[in-house]
Amino acid sequence: MSAGFRSLWGMPILLGVLTAVGLVSGLLGDGWWDVVAVIGLAAPVAVGTWHMFKPAKHRR
Amino acid sequence: MSPVSLRRWSWIHKWSSLVCTVFMLLLCLTGLPLIYHHEIGQLLGNEVEAPALPAAQADAVPVPADLDRVIAAGKARYPDKVMMYMSQEADEPALWFLTMGAHPNDEKFVSIAVDARTAQYVAEPPIEGGAVMAFLFHLHVDLFAGVPGKLFLGFMGLLLIVAVVSGVVLYAPFMRKLEFGDIRHGRTARLKWLDLHNLLGIVTLVWTLVVGATGVVNTLADVLLQYWQSTEIAAMVKPYEGQPAPKTLASMEQSVQHARAVQPGMAVAFIAFPGTPFASPHHYGIYMRGDQALTARLYKPVLVDAGTAQVTDQRTLPWYLTALLLSQPLHFGDYGGAGMQFLWALLDLATIVVLGSGLYLWFKRGRAAAAKPKAGAATKAAPQAALAREGEPR
Repeated sequence: MSAGFRSLWGMPILLGVLTAVGLVSGLLGDGWWDVVAVIGLAAPVAVGTWHMFKPAKHRR
Repeated sequence: MSPVSLRRWSWIHKWSSLVCTVFMLLLCLTGLPLIYHHEIGQLLGNEVEAPALPAAQADAVPVPADLDRVIAAGKARYPDKVMMYMSQEADEPALWFLTMGAHPNDEKFVSIAVDARTAQYVAEPPIEGGAVMAFLFHLHVDLFAGVPGKLFLGFMGLLLIVAVVSGVVLYAPFMRKLEFGDIRHGRTARLKWLDLHNLLGIVTLVWTLVVGATGVVNTLADVLLQYWQSTEIAAMVKPYEGQPAPKTLASMEQSVQHARAVQPGMAVAFIAFPGTPFASPHHYGIYMRGDQALTARLYKPVLVDAGTAQVTDQRTLPWYLTALLLSQPLHFGDYGGAGMQFLWALLDLATIVVLGSGLYLWFKRGRAAAAKPKAGAATKAAPQAALAREGEPR
């Protein structure tokens, strides 16, 4: 896997997998399964929120 | 990506999004309160709760009341109406909800809550959670246009899926020169919103695809149920063809006991009475559910002779109804507690930002193109220029 591919798609794939694991986990059981579901779904929300509101980079 | 395919995918993304965006905004906005419909119902006082039992009984494990007495409680309130359905929610075994009407297919049915422990009448909850929630519900589900309305929204959902997939294809050329999550502040507003659109679009990708696709499956519910009734239920009741319907209905308590005997470990989800679409003129349709997180979502239909209370037939649901039943929680986000509900609301809000920013980006580009009519000529010479304004892919 090239470095270019990883830097472009690494995070989207990671978040996609976490979301999918979260969505399925909640269906399979209660208790800890629901905790996994919340963690999986919180990942895209957290990453999106961080990049949306992070301090702006200095312009080159 | 070659300039030609970039332009093709841009065209697909633009038009699939433009056609469905208004409806998707409507679905996101109405869906937000629907995520919390139970909580809102409680606030509005439209949600029925089981009354507390007297102290003497409160500590003991409650014994379920005889189902014939539960039905009698409804009949006492509406002597002229017949039973259509009775149902129980998995998380509230203390209540039965009876649906009664002038005939088995009455659209002006009434809904009555009866205490499942004492067989006492509890309340008559408003249909569909009251006027406000019913309004939002119909805007979300069928635009007040019944099955055609549902299918129309299903088609809009398909366009959403096309828009999401084409958006992912376009993500690569747009992000080539940027790091993940880069937001270019301080240049133009359009550039900042383009980056936000790409960021929120890509992080919510899988959730949007799943909620979109399961929403499309839900719009097919009526069609799938009709198909199932005309094939499998019809086959199950075939031996009874031409026989007169039973004059007096057999005991429900006995019928359910017989159904439980053939499906041990399962609980009753709902019961369809003779003449309704989920039963036959001769049968009770008793729909059982499992007791595990996953099996509680799935139904097992048991057909009981409404004259003799004996089990006639039982089937497993066909794959398309299993898919329908599993697509419901994945669309509603009601299966992982309050944490999941909250994340569902946040992801819904993020989707609203993606839709809104997409609309804004199209509007801005439309104005930019109109202001520079000669840009069209340049486009022919260098096709990528169509998308290459303001630091977009090169």
